[in-house]
Amino acid sequence: MKKKLISVLVSAGMIAALLAGCGSSTPESSPASSGAAAAAEPAESADTAATDGAAETSGSGAAGHTYAIVTKAAGNPYMERMSSGFQGVIEAAGGTCIVQNPEAATADAQISVIQSLISQGVDSIAVAANDANALTAALTEAKDAGIQVLTLDSDVNAAARRTFCNQAGIQEVGQALIDAVYDLTGGKGQYAILSATSQATNQNAWIDAMKTIAENDDKYSGLELVEVAYGDDEPQKSTDQTQALLQNYPELKVICAPTTVGISAAAKVLQDQKSSVKLTGLGLPSEMAEYIGSDGAHSCPYMFLWNPIDLGKLAAYTSIALVDGTITGKAGDSFEAGDMENSPYTVTDMSDGTGTEIILGPPFRFDPDNIAEWAEVY
Amino acid sequence: MNKKSFWKKITDSRDASLVLVLIVLLAVIEILSPSFLSFNNVRQIFLNNALTLLMALGMLCVMLTGGIDISITSILAFAGMTVGLLQKYDVLHNTLLLFVIGAAIGLCCGMLNGIVIAKGKVAPIICTMGFMYIWRGMAYVISNNAWASGKDVSGFSDFGKDGAAGPYLILLAAYILFFIVMRWTRFGRRFYAVGSNKEAARISGINVARTIAAAYAVMGLLAGISGALSVSIYASAQPNMQYGKEMDVIAACVIGGISMNGGRGSVAGTFLGAMIIAIIAKALPLVGIDAITQNLVKGIIILAVVSLNVFTQRAINRQNLGRREI
Repeated sequence: MKKKLISVLVSAGMIAALLAGCGSSTPESSPASSGAAAAAEPAESADTAATDGAAETSGSGAAGHTYAIVTKAAGNPYMERMSSGFQGVIEAAGGTCIVQNPEAATADAQISVIQSLISQGVDSIAVAANDANALTAALTEAKDAGIQVLTLDSDVNAAARRTFCNQAGIQEVGQALIDAVYDLTGGKGQYAILSATSQATNQNAWIDAMKTIAENDDKYSGLELVEVAYGDDEPQKSTDQTQALLQNYPELKVICAPTTVGISAAAKVLQDQKSSVKLTGLGLPSEMAEYIGSDGAHSCPYMFLWNPIDLGKLAAYTSIALVDGTITGKAGDSFEAGDMENSPYTVTDMSDGTGTEIILGPPFRFDPDNIAEWAEVY
Repeated sequence: MNKKSFWKKITDSRDASLVLVLIVLLAVIEILSPSFLSFNNVRQIFLNNALTLLMALGMLCVMLTGGIDISITSILAFAGMTVGLLQKYDVLHNTLLLFVIGAAIGLCCGMLNGIVIAKGKVAPIICTMGFMYIWRGMAYVISNNAWASGKDVSGFSDFGKDGAAGPYLILLAAYILFFIVMRWTRFGRRFYAVGSNKEAARISGINVARTIAAAYAVMGLLAGISGALSVSIYASAQPNMQYGKEMDVIAACVIGGISMNGGRGSVAGTFLGAMIIAIIAKALPLVGIDAITQNLVKGIIILAVVSLNVFTQRAINRQNLGRREI
């Protein structure tokens, strides 16, 4: 009798556990809601001015409309800052904001989120795509349902969205990175790249831009790219790959890691080993504060990124402008973006001619002078 | 006493055949990438794979009882995230205490696994699958979209820094302890008894349910310690840490000759299996295999070693049978 009771209780517990388990894999679970709840706060503390700006430009246009943002994944501070910027602008303009953080950084997880947003009848969806192609069907479905679709941070096929809020032009990022490599090597010598996965859209575009710039300008002829290694945005694998680079290329002068996980793993390896190899790339200030410094004890003299809060804000202003009809996403369209630095923004053709984009601005440089201040922000 | 030929000695013991595999593997790598066996490299192999090496011991206990645990990296993430956040929010900075907290969380998670499987008679893969989502989900919930990064854990990460002795001492202590426990103590031998024949174990007075639950508790404990260790080694805590790595641990055990059906496996085999996985991970980027094909090569090596294992086991069985007939 007692045994039976125990087993019933345990099975009940298991069912509850499984339900909770299933729950946490769907995007509307606790990570999503807690993310949304927490998002409002940093937005306000970081950019109080956003409030007034938003109210002026969009006026009554945003009220009564619902604007959604789909991030790459929950549990990522970069994505969290981005959605907080988005949410701050939308709510200040009187609109309703839905923040969705899929639990896994996969296209599958995003597709089911997009489908549920379509059935909720939102007015716009801004998505940071986990895959350039896999979201096409779901986003086209959203477009057909009359929803304004845009991308930010990572793009999809141009036909599936109105426009793309680009954190920094591919050319600008490539130029900044190759110039950093040029500077840190002293103009000549070996360098290697530590990337995310071999399929990562952004990283591949930046690396290609770096290569093209280096090939077409004699200034960079002394630089030799020895290898592009892939750390899969995993600390352990990135560590293995960094150590392998150091060992395989004793003459190596610089590692360039255009990915936030890769750069912090590489920074730790170089700093722990007191290696003379220097590091640059794209990283989160809060993750990298420990490693940025101009002396020999620090592995990274400087690196770049953009402000994810601003990127979220830009996407929010773009969403509002698309929904109230100020812009349609074709090149030449222009709109006000509150108090943002480069406002008004203009929609431009992408370099490959397939679609349009709105460029936030040049990448921002983090060095020993400003890192402490930015490490507190994101 | 009949004298055994060298070959017979090798085929008599799977651990010896694993040593042979390891030697061949190392020889090939050493030819392709000279100085692979430098002190620095060997040290890094242990450090970068400390988590796999440590958790493989727990998986040994679980697999000996005929079970499997796929929730381990989720437990690791939950414990690791807790340890990271305690430092991020300046609650606690004592290294030892943080390890104890990580271990305690892991132990609790593991005990829950064990109770549900042993008392509730739920299939291990189903139960641990449920908890895999739960603990990973918990890691996301408590992280609240924040990471603990280098500057948050700066004191704690000195313990696992490249060059510090901490992780090696933990590994050494764990392997010596398990070697003794699994070989010479009643607690250790019970796992073998339950795994080889549950009914016989029950009749001989072993509390089968308690033994099974203990295996998962040990596994959880090690996963919790690994969580703290991971934060220390990589100087960061993220809710997705070590995602998917439970397969490396299971692969290490399978390569090490631990039977999926329970009852068979040793600490030495576990060590050798984990070392083979570790050496593959370290060597593939070094010997110049293209990054894109590294997973493919890893899979082929795992399958090759496991096949060899199966053949060796079959040879041993045949020999044993032969002896019985005489």
